[in-house]
Amino acid sequence: MKKQIPILITATVGTVLVLSVFFPPAKMLGEDFSLFFDIIAVFAFFLGGGNLVRVHFIKVYRRKSDWVYSVVTLVGFTMMLASGLFKLGGPPGISGSVTADGSYLNTMFIHIIAPLSSTMYALLAFFVASASYRAFRAKNREATILLIAAFVILLGRTPLGMMATGWVWESLSIFQIPNLAVWVMNVPNLAGQRSILIGVGLGVVAMSLRLILGMDRTYLGGDND
Amino acid sequence: MLNRVLLLCLALVWTVSVSVTAQDVAEGGIDTLSLPLPAPAQNVVAANHVYDDGEVIDVNWDKSPDDPENILGYIVYRAETDGAFDSIRTLLPGETFFSDDNVEDEIPYKYQIGVIGENGVSLSGESELAVATWELFNFGMWNTFLWMFVFCGSVIGFIISAKSGRKLYIRKIGGLEALEEAVGRATEMGRPILFIPGILDMDDVQTLAAITILGKVARVVADYDSKIRMPVSRSLVLTAARETIKESYTSAGRPDGYNEDMVQYVTDEQFGYVAAVNGIMVREKPATCLYLGAFFAESLILAETGNSIGAIQIAGTARPGQLPFFVAACDYTLIGEELFAASAYLSEDPKQLGSLKGQDVGKVIAMFGLLVGTAAMTLSVAWQVPATQWILDLMNNLFTTN
Repeated sequence: MKKQIPILITATVGTVLVLSVFFPPAKMLGEDFSLFFDIIAVFAFFLGGGNLVRVHFIKVYRRKSDWVYSVVTLVGFTMMLASGLFKLGGPPGISGSVTADGSYLNTMFIHIIAPLSSTMYALLAFFVASASYRAFRAKNREATILLIAAFVILLGRTPLGMMATGWVWESLSIFQIPNLAVWVMNVPNLAGQRSILIGVGLGVVAMSLRLILGMDRTYLGGDND
Repeated sequence: MLNRVLLLCLALVWTVSVSVTAQDVAEGGIDTLSLPLPAPAQNVVAANHVYDDGEVIDVNWDKSPDDPENILGYIVYRAETDGAFDSIRTLLPGETFFSDDNVEDEIPYKYQIGVIGENGVSLSGESELAVATWELFNFGMWNTFLWMFVFCGSVIGFIISAKSGRKLYIRKIGGLEALEEAVGRATEMGRPILFIPGILDMDDVQTLAAITILGKVARVVADYDSKIRMPVSRSLVLTAARETIKESYTSAGRPDGYNEDMVQYVTDEQFGYVAAVNGIMVREKPATCLYLGAFFAESLILAETGNSIGAIQIAGTARPGQLPFFVAACDYTLIGEELFAASAYLSEDPKQLGSLKGQDVGKVIAMFGLLVGTAAMTLSVAWQVPATQWILDLMNNLFTTN
């Protein structure tokens, strides 16, 4: 029973969601099922928050390695939660907005979370450089093709590309590096991406069918009842 | 003396009044008052929105001749058969269409369009009465329905064929073949395995695929008595992953080896999650990192950090934009459909493998469509072959969704 009920729910909801695309009267039911997910997700948030506090509290309590980071996590969590729940610093009362000027939550978001997120995102520039270095080393034929394509794209996106090949006759303008870069992006690159997307679409349908038919029960821990 | 002062005051008042009048005329202030109303919208037509569940009426009209220079916008008015008109929406100049999705089915409504000018609103004529009705089947998607039947039919056909004992050839998937080796390596090194299921929730099919693979990985981890570490960014993924790992440990006969803290919620915030996972990588140095699910900008940050600590890395995502990053930084990458095939592939269950074979029918149809469409379009454009037109129309009908 522990597995049969989830399988029955999966089969029912999956079938209704598929049918709601083709049969308009089932659309409302499909929307309701999607709404159920949101409701469940809201309740699950308490589990997530609870887990976060429990794990880090135990770490601090038992003085496990790197417990200091857990203190920072707990302090940050408590501060954000308190300033959001009690609308600290901003307009008071239940109707006060947590994003109003002066609200502690808003201030912390703008002055702490946003810059930290931007910093993490900015690290991407360095990681792209190191990954490119490894990927573009001309070790074999495929890597050499990749290197040439990357060179064309990089050069095509800078004024240098036009300066270097701007003299090419109009009838052979495809060989001007900026045009070549556009061609690489729009033809071989797009063709590759679309073939992956077709495969993804077919894979999603096959997987959904396995779940709806109850053949794939791995997400329930396997076939044991 | 008094007369002189009065005369002076009169002269001042006259001068001021004349200058004000002249200014008004110059600015068009007086002319504005005499401006006519803008020309009304024409041909207001209200009709049932086809292939829906009886919730929408579509309203179309011809633009006012004064649109856009002399109007400020349109107002849509609605009334029931004998009722008064109420304003239901204001639209910008240039609009000629409105979908009213706030109607009761089987009740007739009529519509009127108001054109807003500087000097007031001019009303169009009333539309005919329209009733929102529901249709049983969305004929606009007949081709999708057809392909769904063909595709699902082929998948089920291959499943039945596999059940009857027919041997099916499935090509080797390197990333999945290496999974056991990767877990074994972590066991030998005495370090944990890091499993990242992407950053989307359980309603994303990639996360679902990741959780199904997790079940297999956790089973191998339990068999090898290794350790798995799984920071997640969604609460529902936390509960689903916990249940999956727990069941895998139980089915491996090692329920005591399961620990709730194997799965840990971090944060929903994208880069906060990345920072936490990177911290775990750098501090705990997992021997194996698995990135399976939906990834965005964080894909390369995670994979490069994993690379820097010397972990064996297996990644898989259905997002084409992130695949190059994984290919560059990981040892194995499951590309697109391989992520969804992983669970069936690892199960070695003939029924599930049959579903993978059924996918190939879809690929054959897609390839055939691409070849025929490309050839027909080339012949049509390059050599203007008239006979290709009906092929192009047929391809459009078969493969274009509405």
